[in-house]
Amino acid sequence: MKIALTAREKNIDTEMDPRFGRAPFFVVYDTEWGSYSFIDNEQNLNAAQGAGVQAAQNVVKTGADVLITGSCGPKAFRVLQTSGIDIVVGASGSIKEVIELYNKGELKAAQGPDVEGHWV
Amino acid sequence: MKIAVASGKGGTGKTTVAVNMALSVDFPVTLVDADVEEPNGIFFLPLTLEKSGDVSIREPVVNSSRCTSCGACAKACRFNAIAITPKGAMIFPELCHACGGCFMACREGAITERERVIGALSQGKAGNLTFIQGELNVGEALAPPVIREAKKRAEEASLIIIDSPPGTACPMVAAVGDADFVLLVTEPTPFGLNDLKLAVETVRTLSRPFGVVINRDGIGDEGVRDYCAREGIEIVGSVPDDRAVAEHYSRGIPAVVLSPDYKALFKEILRKAKEGISSKEDL
Ligand code: SF4
Ligand code: SF4
Repeated sequence: MKIALTAREKNIDTEMDPRFGRAPFFVVYDTEWGSYSFIDNEQNLNAAQGAGVQAAQNVVKTGADVLITGSCGPKAFRVLQTSGIDIVVGASGSIKEVIELYNKGELKAAQGPDVEGHWV
Repeated sequence: MKIAVASGKGGTGKTTVAVNMALSVDFPVTLVDADVEEPNGIFFLPLTLEKSGDVSIREPVVNSSRCTSCGACAKACRFNAIAITPKGAMIFPELCHACGGCFMACREGAITERERVIGALSQGKAGNLTFIQGELNVGEALAPPVIREAKKRAEEASLIIIDSPPGTACPMVAAVGDADFVLLVTEPTPFGLNDLKLAVETVRTLSRPFGVVINRDGIGDEGVRDYCAREGIEIVGSVPDDRAVAEHYSRGIPAVVLSPDYKALFKEILRKAKEGISSKEDL
């Protein structure tokens, strides 16, 4: 299974990024191999609109089964949900800690988006 | 001659200036209310509006049974409005600018276009004044097509005054982008100055000739005047902070109706704008 998280830096000991659309990186953790890979989300940082949609697109491309982040808007939520990806919101802590929590079953998938979308 | 009245933020008296200018002349003039999210010019005008047309856009629709999730449409979309999921392309109408790019990009014929009404135009006449109002339907986000259509209706008049949407985003650009002169209305306060600076940046990017009108002059400080002097921006007029005007305004009575002095004041702003255009042409 692959777990994707939002990251501020390419280092699993640093705090994860609570933002979804405008997080600079995603880290993808492969539970089968115990390996980490980092994916750039940087082109989204300056997107005038649709950052959430494209960030969701980037996560879909990684083949992740779960996304763990701080908060997720309605458009990104729909993209992820339609792609069969579970979404965990409200997470915080270092990337490593959050993955451990998830593996212990302490983080539950959200049923809906937790923030309102932005209008242009 | 097309004069746009704009401001970096709402509530600075943009509509006051536009309406009073339109009412201060006695030759044919068209006033376009292009503040389509909140048109309120009609509140101050002695005329009845009649609906004169719909504004619609062609929005893309995905037929998921034909979609192969190839991603060509998402790549073509400059507005980040499409995501590709394993179940097919997903289009977000609230981000879509109806440019048709995805429709052209799809080789599978999976995208079709459908008309959707997003706004309405209405029109009214009183003496030498023609008034055109564009209005965006509630819940719609795409203001520029409505603004463009409203402006198109105004083609023939000798003088066109455009009451632009506030701010400096796409709707404002759609309204002022082809104006011969832009009047930036501001209040003489630090907040007003802050918004004015943003608006100045935008009209400079659009290389439109422009001038500043200070509304409610006397309430604040000298910040706006100092800034304009430093930047070489002409202050083409100032409307004093006048209690009587404010009271009548709140009841929908424009200043020019109150006193001939105001008529002269707004006519003078128009004259300065006209001068601004011709001096530009001389260069
Ligand atoms: S019509 Fe243009 S803006 Fe809308 S989804 Fe297609 S490419 Fe994107
Ligand atoms: S281009 Fe056409 S087939 Fe390809 S993902 Fe878009 S809609 Fe589907």
